[in-house]
Amino acid sequence: MIAVVSAKPLIAVLVSLAVIPVLISARKPNVRETWTFAAALIKFGIIASMVPAILAGHTLEFTIAPLFAGIAFKLKVDAFGLLFALVASFLWIVTSAYSIGYMRGLDEHSQTRYFCFFAAALSATIGVAFSANLLTLYIFYEMLSLSTYPLVTHHQDREARSSGRKYLFYIMGGSIGLVLPAMIAIYLIAGNLDFAAGGILAGSIGALPAAALLLMLVFGFSKAGIMPVHAWLPAAMVAPTPVSALLHAVAVVKVGVFSVFRIITDIFGPGMLLNFGFDTLLCIIAAVTILGSSLIALSQDNLKRRLAFSTIGQLSYIILGAALLTQSGMAGGMLHIAMHAFGKITLFFCAGAIMVAAGIKNISEMKGLGLQMPVTMGAFFVGALSVIGLPPCGGFISKWYLAIGTIEAEQFLMLAVLLASSLLNAAYFLPIVYRAFFCNPDETMFEHRIKEAPGWCLAPPVATAAISVILFFYPQPFFNLSQLAVSRILGG
Amino acid sequence: MTSQIPALIIVVPLLVSLVVSLAAWIRQSLCYAAALCAMLVAWISAILVMGRVINQGVITYRMAGWAPPWGISWHIDHFNAIILILIATVALINLIATRSTAAREFEDRPGVFYALYLLFVTGLMGIVITGDIFNLYVLLEIASLSGYALLGMGSGRAAVSSLSYLFIGTIGASLYLFGAGYLYIATGSLNMADIAAILPTIEQTGVIQVSFILCLIGLFMKMAFFPLHTWLPNAYTHAPNSSASLIAPLTTKVMIYVMIRIVLFVYQPEFAFAEMDIDRVIVWLAVIAILAGSMLAWKQERLKRMLAYIIVAEVGYMVGGFWLGNTAGMTGAVLHILNDAMMTLCLFLAAGAVISRVQTDAFGALQGVFTKMPFSMIAFVAGALSIIGVPPTCGFFSKWYLISGGMEAGHYAFVAALIISSLVNVLLFFRVIEIGYFEPFDSHHHKNGQTVREAPLDMLVPLLVTAGLLIVMGFYANTLVTWIVKPAISAATMGGL
Amino acid sequence: MEELAAVFVARYNYWGVIILMGIGLYAMIAKTNMVKKIIGMNIFQTAIILFYISTAAKYGASIPIIAHGHGAQGHGIRAADYMNPLPHVLMLTAIVVSVATLGVALALAVRVYWNYDSLEEDEILNQIKAGQLNRK
Repeated sequence: MIAVVSAKPLIAVLVSLAVIPVLISARKPNVRETWTFAAALIKFGIIASMVPAILAGHTLEFTIAPLFAGIAFKLKVDAFGLLFALVASFLWIVTSAYSIGYMRGLDEHSQTRYFCFFAAALSATIGVAFSANLLTLYIFYEMLSLSTYPLVTHHQDREARSSGRKYLFYIMGGSIGLVLPAMIAIYLIAGNLDFAAGGILAGSIGALPAAALLLMLVFGFSKAGIMPVHAWLPAAMVAPTPVSALLHAVAVVKVGVFSVFRIITDIFGPGMLLNFGFDTLLCIIAAVTILGSSLIALSQDNLKRRLAFSTIGQLSYIILGAALLTQSGMAGGMLHIAMHAFGKITLFFCAGAIMVAAGIKNISEMKGLGLQMPVTMGAFFVGALSVIGLPPCGGFISKWYLAIGTIEAEQFLMLAVLLASSLLNAAYFLPIVYRAFFCNPDETMFEHRIKEAPGWCLAPPVATAAISVILFFYPQPFFNLSQLAVSRILGG
Repeated sequence: MTSQIPALIIVVPLLVSLVVSLAAWIRQSLCYAAALCAMLVAWISAILVMGRVINQGVITYRMAGWAPPWGISWHIDHFNAIILILIATVALINLIATRSTAAREFEDRPGVFYALYLLFVTGLMGIVITGDIFNLYVLLEIASLSGYALLGMGSGRAAVSSLSYLFIGTIGASLYLFGAGYLYIATGSLNMADIAAILPTIEQTGVIQVSFILCLIGLFMKMAFFPLHTWLPNAYTHAPNSSASLIAPLTTKVMIYVMIRIVLFVYQPEFAFAEMDIDRVIVWLAVIAILAGSMLAWKQERLKRMLAYIIVAEVGYMVGGFWLGNTAGMTGAVLHILNDAMMTLCLFLAAGAVISRVQTDAFGALQGVFTKMPFSMIAFVAGALSIIGVPPTCGFFSKWYLISGGMEAGHYAFVAALIISSLVNVLLFFRVIEIGYFEPFDSHHHKNGQTVREAPLDMLVPLLVTAGLLIVMGFYANTLVTWIVKPAISAATMGGL
Repeated sequence: MEELAAVFVARYNYWGVIILMGIGLYAMIAKTNMVKKIIGMNIFQTAIILFYISTAAKYGASIPIIAHGHGAQGHGIRAADYMNPLPHVLMLTAIVVSVATLGVALALAVRVYWNYDSLEEDEILNQIKAGQLNRK
């Protein structure tokens, strides 16, 4: 393995920040949107261009500035980070298209601010993916928290304000109150914060302080949405749908999960966690969240809130994968980042399209909607299948590996949790589809025929749904990266 | 010629402060120009001095050529060289930024304002540069007296508040003088380096302990260390904006510098930490100061007043960090002096910009400022994030050292206080941000139907430069620590703590 | 008892200083009139000036002027014969400082009087509370 010094990761992070001045100065929406697209495409291009080097077993590194003795502000691209970055940057392209349709469709205000902070959020996301140490990750994590605050509170009304408060309370409270002290303690114990295969804490800390630090970090990275620090996510659904779609199904929440994953594998290390028996502890935390959120999701009538609770559950799948500490478990967790992203973003896009076209937010009002908006609801169905984990969708692959992982780790209870949760997933998604296609609408509902959403809103969910299916047959790009990442973690 | 540069730092502002008051007779606009030139010279000299210290080590400048300990010597090492740059930078930025504010607030006598301004800066520079404990007192009073005058020239309650500041400040300075007298009785010297050499050789008596305590209490009063902070909020709230944004960032910070200088370089760590054994008590007081400052800030309804109480909490950070007594804590304290001065400047300038447009800083009147004054508010948010301690702003880095110092010393109450205060700061600032961002703009609050616009460019540019500096200082925190803070501390603690 | 008396008598200068400081502090805290507070402050400063001066005194010493400085051969100059001049010099500066402080304080008091037509602290506080700023 060769560590190549390359400015590519830095450029990939900065490209969306660089476009912000252009966005601010652009007077016309067309110019603004073109530039957003250009930034998204360039960003994805740069990230994709790193794939061959990573698959060849190299890593790309770039040191920006030293911050403390032994810690630098440093970017490093490895297989896991690249996998996440690929997903996030690709979906930014799709979301940019969708944003245009959605924001214009609803004639939202302050679109310049919206696109600027969106770009900043993406920079921070890629920064997290490419962080070489915990401090760099923390810096980008905070940047993401702050750049998403204006997006969550975009409507600037009372509801947005209270959601914003909740958002800050959980996210900043976690990162300042728990992560910061834990991080400094780890630095004092280990002398550095680098992500290293096998962890940096092994052998230098007892079981009790290790447990305390682990819990502080797992709950402190509250973007991962582990119960009981999940409550910000349903609240954040007041944001415009593209924000919910990209940030609260992909970028922000996955940044949380990615951080927890990194902590488990590269700070604590599998060996140490197994020694102390913390793998079971983490599994239980994840299992509680998986089941709890699925049960809550059943009772939600607002479609976006139901999707939010579903996301909370799916995020903990990934944590569970990491906590299993086996080859297939971790690979399944990493794959799930990608698979769930494509599935869930489809669902959010559809929810937004329904809102733009029909103005409907609640599931109970969706009877017969499938006949009015067949393409949207068809894409919704595919996305739902993927999230439930049924073939022929990508979600099946990641769940399959997770299930194998539970068997490898001999955590049969977790296997049962996975299966039960899949049933619950089906129970909260399929009735929506059933209702849309097979129930007769209330008489007054569709007096005027509802048209499908405009093309900008419709094409993205169709595309992501199609990709979800393609990923079932052709998961190699992500699969290879995840295998590479896992072999590094377990080999090191 | 270059060997005289240290003198320029003091002499130029001092002389120009006299010239300025005369220049006002000729043309009032000359005052600003003269003050600006003086500050520029002082700023450049400070940077040149820093360069010389880094290249050649400690500079000892003999005033009028008299050799110490008889003559007054100036002693410039890494520590005060960087503080000199800090003072010069803050004063220069503020001078430029508040030109229009000062013209409005002191319309009939700009000469007085600029003369006091330069005199204040001279005093602070002198405090920092001097190597003589009595000279320090005199300069302390020069700075304080011009400070009282600057603060007292506001309208309304300014004079009353400034007068009560004067009472407490004078007691503080007198106690310091009293302590210096005991130190002189014990050692027979006033030169800091000389005293530091004599003290370990003489028998440790109660006299030295008394002098230590008196000096410390005097300085605590001057730096507004809770519960001796009562003068600060009123004095800063009612002061003219142009002087508040000069005095608020600098006074408390320079007093903390004096404390560190006296403790490390005069009494020295073996005495101050090992023999006096009051370090833990002071850290506990700092914990209380941090928590109380944060809580009191929460109760305020006006922006400047809230910022004033945040300063009280920040003083607790630095005092506590220093008295932790380990390298990390002291590094944090010194670094925080620099960072806190810059963030306070940024916030006060932003508040000043808002006040110049909205006419008041009551929270209720801040509705919709984000839409009307986006760039000023961006700078405000940058300052707020730095106070909260969000990377990559500089506040994060000093907080990091302070927290790790607390952990190394096993003083977890201090760590907890820092974390709690950061969280409270999130609440404090987002309360303001929420009002500015969410609530609709209420035009009733403006006299004469004046429409609120972005602040003028001459105010905005320095403000944004300050905000940018907060991030630059964050990225260069490590450079600052390795090149300046580490040598400064290790010079005093060669044996290690 | 005798020892205690000795402490008081032998160090009467310190006790004098402390009593003066106490008077000054008392005036500053207890008096409500601004001018009385300022007088208290000045007494406080004067106490410290006295403290310095008293440390310079020695029994049987003369003022530190060496009459035949350069020509005084044969017998050296004994420091014990002269009072310590340095505290006096320092206090000259300190007196200047305290006068300046007094000046600033009085100037501020004048401004306060313009604003509130009063120098009584409680009265001013009442006015502030009532929000009746009687500005000039």
